[in-house]
Amino acid sequence: MTDRAQFSLAPTRQLRRRQIVSKLMEGVMLVSALAAIAVLGLLIATVIERGHSALSVDFFTKGPTTNFLGTTGGIANAIVGTIVIVAVATVIALPIGILVAVYTSEFARGGVRRVLAFTLDVLNGIPSIVIGIFIFGLIVLSHQQSAYAAGVALAIIMLPLVARSTQEVLALVPDSLREASFALGVSRWRTVTGLIVPASFGGILTGGTLAIARAAGETAPLLFTCALTTTKISWDPSQPLQSIPLTIFQDLEQPDPALHEQAWGAALVLLTFVLVVSVLSKAVLARNRRKLSR
Amino acid sequence: MNENTIDTMAPIEVATRQTLPTTNRETVFDVRQLSVLYNGAAAIKDVNLEIYRNQVTALIGPSGCGKSTFIRCLNRMNDLIPGARIEGEILYHGQNMYGSDVDAVSVRRWIGMVFQKPNPFPKSIYDNVAWGPRVLGMKQNLDERVERALRQAAIWDEVKHRLKRSALALSGGQQQRLCIARALAVEPEVVLLDEPASALDPIATSAIEDLVHDLKRDYTIVIVTHNMQQAARVADMTAFFSLDVHEDGSRNGILVEYDVTQKIFTQPADSRTEGYVTGRFG
Repeated sequence: MTDRAQFSLAPTRQLRRRQIVSKLMEGVMLVSALAAIAVLGLLIATVIERGHSALSVDFFTKGPTTNFLGTTGGIANAIVGTIVIVAVATVIALPIGILVAVYTSEFARGGVRRVLAFTLDVLNGIPSIVIGIFIFGLIVLSHQQSAYAAGVALAIIMLPLVARSTQEVLALVPDSLREASFALGVSRWRTVTGLIVPASFGGILTGGTLAIARAAGETAPLLFTCALTTTKISWDPSQPLQSIPLTIFQDLEQPDPALHEQAWGAALVLLTFVLVVSVLSKAVLARNRRKLSR
Repeated sequence: MNENTIDTMAPIEVATRQTLPTTNRETVFDVRQLSVLYNGAAAIKDVNLEIYRNQVTALIGPSGCGKSTFIRCLNRMNDLIPGARIEGEILYHGQNMYGSDVDAVSVRRWIGMVFQKPNPFPKSIYDNVAWGPRVLGMKQNLDERVERALRQAAIWDEVKHRLKRSALALSGGQQQRLCIARALAVEPEVVLLDEPASALDPIATSAIEDLVHDLKRDYTIVIVTHNMQQAARVADMTAFFSLDVHEDGSRNGILVEYDVTQKIFTQPADSRTEGYVTGRFG
């Protein structure tokens, strides 16, 4: 029996210590992960708790009243304004972003591709307030504040998001499909439009919607470009239009508690929009991945 | 390759068939002094051979000998690999395939390819076959064209009731035959098969081999295979590629011998070919 001792399967002291450290670290990581979830949960709970009482039909259909004694009215002007501004941004950023991504992924060669990827990363990292002041200097000074100006500013924020996410889904399309298409005598452009883009269409849309969600919540680029607004509900992009993020910002600066409640309500609307878009996008993307997997 | 077959391997049976007399052959590809370099290092060097119309030409040889590299030159698929460069010439019906006025797209229009791993598009079975003709403007009688291609690829009976279903739901062997149908649907002259059966089970493999045999009536076939029995069964002509190892350790693929299949397998002229086909090497 003694000569079998060296093959013992019983844990040594060193192994026991390693097991304890391992378990301990696993616990620490689990707590960190739970903390991340808790932050999101707490945030959602707080916004719902404080904001839900502001919600009413009027909240969504009426503009704010300037009457200090009566109700504060609604934020319909801000909802409409955000829709208009984001629509302007989307119309600009979505096609350009997709084209940039298709060019980078499917056409550009090594050096150009790296330069483009780096450019998009830098663009993505530019503080939104800097983009705001850039558009202020570029458009607002020579014209005036408008939803167009704000839309261009948000488009700059959306562009790298759209391009990068599109690149990612294009990369999911296996090269073997491209080869199969080329081997049929199909040109690169027809391969892209007829095969690659349709195969990743869901994913491209997902990236687009996530970028829209992100842009809808941006505040800083609107401060200098689209802040001198009225309480009127207007769909005219050539005018400065109120927006949801700006409503929250301005309401909280007022001493009136009713306006604070309105700010929380607006935050709830914005949060709900972003959450719904995120969840839907994930679902679409998952479907797209399944479609491409063997 | 199996090491245990050194002495016991049965002689490879070569299908008895009539090969066209040499005088009657029409040359499709005339490959002259072809070398392929990846970032300056030669993958294959100084290959000379002619590929004939309505014949099956097999490319055999050990792994890494450049047979896939070679077949990808025949429809300019290597153009897509950054850093790849070719020297020498390939004449396709007398025209320089790599000429400055030749677009790879028009080369591939006539020279189709089926790859090692089945790669159907994430579309329906019908659309997989119809897509090529549609893009190339062959839109008349598309249904008939699709059916004809699927019949030629011997898969029509298995899929005729589910043409609208996704091609990705088919088995590997079916997917590969669908890929062959897809290549045939644009009416190429040549079909290149790069180890078309290597990812398939024996039954699916045998179906592909039967198919290759039938297809040579209408098409010129070039097939890469690492399976010598397969080459012996399907090919009229066989090219044996091998590795040339230099003193400095660099290595590149070379064409050792090219002849009628029966001759390659029964009385090869080169001792390296003999070593390979009898299983003593590779």
